[in-house]
Amino acid sequence: MREVNAKQIKEKVKELFLDANFHIGEDVLNSIKEALLKETSETGKNVLNMILKNYKVAANEVLAICQDTGLAILFIKLGQEVHINGNWEEAINEGVKEAYVEGYLRKSAVTDPVFDRKNTKTNCPAIIYTEIVPGDKIEFLVTPKGFGSENMSRLAMMKPADGPEGIINFIVETVKIAGPNPCPPTIIGVCVGGTMDQASITAKKATLRKVGEHNPDPRYADMERQTLEKINNLGIGPAGLGGNTTSLWVNIDYKPTHIAGMPVAVNICCHAARHASGII
Amino acid sequence: MMKEVKLSTALKEEDIRDLRIGDVVYINGIICTSRDMGHLKMIDVTEKKEKLPIDFQGGVIFHAGPVVKKQGEKYEVIVIGPTTSIRMEPYSDFIGGLGVKAIIGKGGMEEGTSEALKKYGMVYLQAPPGCAVVLGEKVEQIENVFWLELGVPEALWVLKVENFGPLVVGMDSEGNSIYRDIRIKGKKLIEKMF
Amino acid sequence: MEKIKKITTPLSNEVVQDLKAGDNVSISGYIYTGRDAAHKRLIDLLKEGKKLPIEIEGQIIYYVGPAPTPPGYKCGSAGPTTSYRMDPYTPALLDLGLKGMIGKGLRSKEVIESMKKNGAIYFAAIGGVAAMIAKGIKSSEVVAYEDLGPEAIHKYYVEDFPVIVCIDAKGNNLYETEPPKYIK
Repeated sequence: MREVNAKQIKEKVKELFLDANFHIGEDVLNSIKEALLKETSETGKNVLNMILKNYKVAANEVLAICQDTGLAILFIKLGQEVHINGNWEEAINEGVKEAYVEGYLRKSAVTDPVFDRKNTKTNCPAIIYTEIVPGDKIEFLVTPKGFGSENMSRLAMMKPADGPEGIINFIVETVKIAGPNPCPPTIIGVCVGGTMDQASITAKKATLRKVGEHNPDPRYADMERQTLEKINNLGIGPAGLGGNTTSLWVNIDYKPTHIAGMPVAVNICCHAARHASGII
Repeated sequence: MMKEVKLSTALKEEDIRDLRIGDVVYINGIICTSRDMGHLKMIDVTEKKEKLPIDFQGGVIFHAGPVVKKQGEKYEVIVIGPTTSIRMEPYSDFIGGLGVKAIIGKGGMEEGTSEALKKYGMVYLQAPPGCAVVLGEKVEQIENVFWLELGVPEALWVLKVENFGPLVVGMDSEGNSIYRDIRIKGKKLIEKMF
Repeated sequence: MEKIKKITTPLSNEVVQDLKAGDNVSISGYIYTGRDAAHKRLIDLLKEGKKLPIEIEGQIIYYVGPAPTPPGYKCGSAGPTTSYRMDPYTPALLDLGLKGMIGKGLRSKEVIESMKKNGAIYFAAIGGVAAMIAKGIKSSEVVAYEDLGPEAIHKYYVEDFPVIVCIDAKGNNLYETEPPKYIK
């Protein structure tokens, strides 16, 4: 049994949300640099250059990469040998609250979504997904998710007969309908299978997979390749102003599902795919 | 005038062409279950020019996957109920070509199936959904099972049934469809509302 | 490098009619900010026949909800938010003389028709270039609806704010004309 204090959890959560909001991942950076070499639209190249410059400015001057510093989402693997001294949920929310104050990050969370929509002023509550795993560590993967891209995401309860072609068409159509709204070039996370909820959560996690790495299953990797090609043939381009780079990468994950179903969740992430991970 | 009809397998085309939407049917004889993977397997076997395990002439396909219990070497049905038929919509013409005369399921099917029903003299019968116990009682015994490698629900179960029903004719061989009628009526209501 | 048209606020009709979809523009002067909640309040005031807290005629509204201002800066990260959410409120403001909107993403047919009727421009700022934009904002004050936090109406003084004319006063729309050139 290993003791972990609520304070350690709070500090780690704070550190990770600050990191995620100021520093973009190497994989995303390299992917945009590669896209710049292949982009044929002048406006497109302009936009990609501005994006690269912005990442530098954000990191150097400690300014948020994007003003939409999103809702705070955490995927946590909690070792079953860990005993937590203090309140788990409170510690995580305190960490988010402090990060969003100290980092001059925007508080974008509102209470009751339909009637009052009052700003919670803390960017809480955080959205927490916890998995209990063997061992005595706590592994955090955090992402501030902006809503320009989140609003363009879609879910379809497809039928088994729809097959790979149906899935690819649904993903491409989702990107087509979104157009410029999710700040292309985007990173697309998809989950096929599970239930409506599991597919959605897994799709969100899929947006955080390393850009440039395919699903180890060659059949799914092939679907990823085909989908990315079809998306980039749409011509939407950086910022939706025309070009070859509409998406940087497509990650397709899968989960076991019911014999009668094939849920497909498509979570769109903008080019500022902000995430950070750490271990206690 | 809606009628109640008792039919025995192998079903005859003239009996099927006589049925109209709203009629109530009870079936005696042999029906076969098949769902998503089962239909794909039938197509695969046929494309490879191999023989299907049973002759579907005058046959009945039931969109279902039973809950079964193994007693020694034999299987027994515990409960059985219909699954949503629309998932099998792409396969209706193929099924008609095999000689199937009745499809049992729930929720109806669409225009492709309606055309196949007209072309081959088939009927779509709606089984009472969620009544798996009552329907299970009408299964006298399991005659055979094929393709268990697809899993118990998706295998091809050959069932001997007595008085299997009540089954309502949802789509007939004249091209009528209760489901289409409801959709059209519903659409008009929605247009009025908005 | 394409020529950049420099414009200052408030915008005159001549300037508006001169701008073409695709122009690279650099804006200097005062602009107002506003998004969902602020727009709703403005329209509610109009419906009640009351005076608005800001001047509209000749002005530009920037759809943004900025991050808080760190020490040493006049404004926190301030990239554009998605414009379509403000579509229901826009034609009424264009009727009052609003000459420019800065945002990102598609606009509705009704908004574009109103832009043509009233003579106004929709500028695209690039989403996710928020830190760079913050550096170009030289002063910022809240002029209305402070209780809305990031959604309050701010008055910014901007210097060389880089934007692209996305939809011009004739209704030419880059989102419609450009992507088809790159379809394969």
